[in-house]
Amino acid sequence: MNLALTELRRRPSRFTVATVVLTFLSLLLLLLGGLLDGLYLGSTGAIRAQEADVIVYSDSARDSFLRSRITPDMREVVEGVDGVTEVGGLGFTLLGATVPGESDLADVAVAGYELAPSGVPAPPPAGHAWADDRLRDAGVAIGDTLLVGPAATPIVVDGWVEDTNYLLQGGLWVTLDTWRAVQNANRPDAFLADGVVQVLVVRGEGDIGPAIDAATGSTSSLTRDEAVNALPGVKEQRSTFNAIIYSTLAVVLAVVGLFFSLLTLERTGLYGVLKAIGASTRRLFVGVVLQAVVVAVIAFVIGGALATLADRALPADVPLQLTTGRYVFTFVALIVAAVLGSAVSLRRVTRIDPASAIGSAA
Amino acid sequence: MSSSNPSDSSAPSGAAVLATAPALRLDGIRKVYGTGENAIVAVDHASLTVGGGEIVALLGPSGSGKTTLLSIAGGLLAATEGTVVVGGEDISGHSPRELTEFRRSKVGFVFQSVNLVPFLTAEENLLVVSELAGARGAARKQARTRAKELLAELGLSHRAGNLPAQLSGGERQRVAIGRALFNSPALVLFDEPTSALDTKIGEQVMELIQAEMRSRGTASVIVTHDTRMTHYADRTVRIVDGVLGLADAAGDVSGDH
Ligand SMILES: Nc1ncnc2c1ncn2[C@@H]1O[C@H](COP(=O)(O)OP(=O)(O)O)[C@@H](O)[C@H]1O
Ligand SMILES: [Mg+2]
Repeated sequence: MNLALTELRRRPSRFTVATVVLTFLSLLLLLLGGLLDGLYLGSTGAIRAQEADVIVYSDSARDSFLRSRITPDMREVVEGVDGVTEVGGLGFTLLGATVPGESDLADVAVAGYELAPSGVPAPPPAGHAWADDRLRDAGVAIGDTLLVGPAATPIVVDGWVEDTNYLLQGGLWVTLDTWRAVQNANRPDAFLADGVVQVLVVRGEGDIGPAIDAATGSTSSLTRDEAVNALPGVKEQRSTFNAIIYSTLAVVLAVVGLFFSLLTLERTGLYGVLKAIGASTRRLFVGVVLQAVVVAVIAFVIGGALATLADRALPADVPLQLTTGRYVFTFVALIVAAVLGSAVSLRRVTRIDPASAIGSAA
Repeated sequence: MSSSNPSDSSAPSGAAVLATAPALRLDGIRKVYGTGENAIVAVDHASLTVGGGEIVALLGPSGSGKTTLLSIAGGLLAATEGTVVVGGEDISGHSPRELTEFRRSKVGFVFQSVNLVPFLTAEENLLVVSELAGARGAARKQARTRAKELLAELGLSHRAGNLPAQLSGGERQRVAIGRALFNSPALVLFDEPTSALDTKIGEQVMELIQAEMRSRGTASVIVTHDTRMTHYADRTVRIVDGVLGLADAAGDVSGDH
């Protein structure tokens, strides 16, 4: 028989309010985190999948793929730099695509590539593509011919790849020539001459980035992580969402702190008696923390179940993505907040005088 | 300065008292609440020895310092001056941590107002004592057996599964007595144990206390302001304005009731 747990079992109604509030807060934490992860993963998959030591942009591009242009001459210089072992072109075009049998356009990112990113096979035949499996939600099936862009350029889906989206548009991985054809047919304003790509994916040994930039005099090289963070909105999304998530955690802390210090205040008499008959401050305090942790665990389990249901119920174009990592982070954060919040009661528990139990005549 | 003290009224008088070592020895206890102009001397140079198995009534009007003295004897309150020895253990210099351990294992308390744990049954209220001692496994099983025995002895077997709110005042106080006896302490301290009960129930509870103390040979100090309760004790010690006085000879000392 553990006093704290017995009280939870016998008087659950005393803990209902705290449990309900924490349930909603954990649901909120999971939804916010899931949106952040969905936005981040959906925006950056195509870059995170690159097996690149550096990604080379033209220096006028200010680290933007869409503004960057690398000519065959520049590529030749890069290939000649010491330590560079492999070089491949890469480029993206964001378009809408007609899916057979679907009335809505699917948002696609046509990605032309040479060096296979992780999880993506070698480039398919001309006019064919490996499609990101998120395009299934838009009704795409293997064997479908998608009509891409205003020019309705046909692309046949040969198979699925995962986590390769670019700026929340479904990746369609094609050869560089196919990509250039799509770009030139649909974006005549941004015409690409033969051999021109947006960026170079470079593999090699040593500190090749500065060496490449020095050799070309007109490029700017980023590591893959830098390239991910340079994507439009990624850093801003992350800092905004994290600010909201940490504020929510501060609310969790305040709720737990307030609730359990009120509860402790209410138990002053009982704790005085228990101290008088030999309960240590430590034992009583551990009981308070234990109750807070159990309440947080229950709230997390219910909140997690609700978040999972919400994930299923929400339309596919909401970029909510609940990862195991997000559940683990939220769980750990809730437990830490519960422990810290209830720890506020330590002083109050410590100050309760065992002599108060005996008191003078009423 | 421990050998003799003029106000030490320790001569055992009850037949059941076969004291070897005293259960309690208070020596020159002084307790001052507050400081400066607000200082209140609640107990002044009180010395008292309670023999093993002896039942002592501490009688005095309200505000005379009874609760203060009892709290000091039980390690709930530190004296300003003086020595407290319980069952041979000098607790005068104990740290709060040592006092907690002392209270858990060496003394029993029965308070004036009922203060059982409200969400635990009568039986569980006794088991709290073993939980505080961290009992596990076999010790826990043993504790359950002991709780059942004690409740039977206190005539509460049929109430073992009831919450305090479902018990009468007298029953609650009997559960509190069971809790105080659970660890078989050599000394049990009662602070006006019957003042919240009506006279008849109060007398029954006093009879029960007397019988339980006698049968176990447990020493006790029973604080009361009611002279009618003193005949359950072996000896009565008076306290007025924090100063202990001798009992009125045999007048307050009851034999078997
Ligand atoms: N915690 C305290 N702080 C200040 N004064 C106290 C405190 N407790 C008791 N007193 C005072 O000490 C005196 C003795 O009190 P107490 O021991 O409770 O007497 P009794 O139990 O005989 O009624 C009283 O004057 C009371 O007001
Ligand atoms: Mg009193």
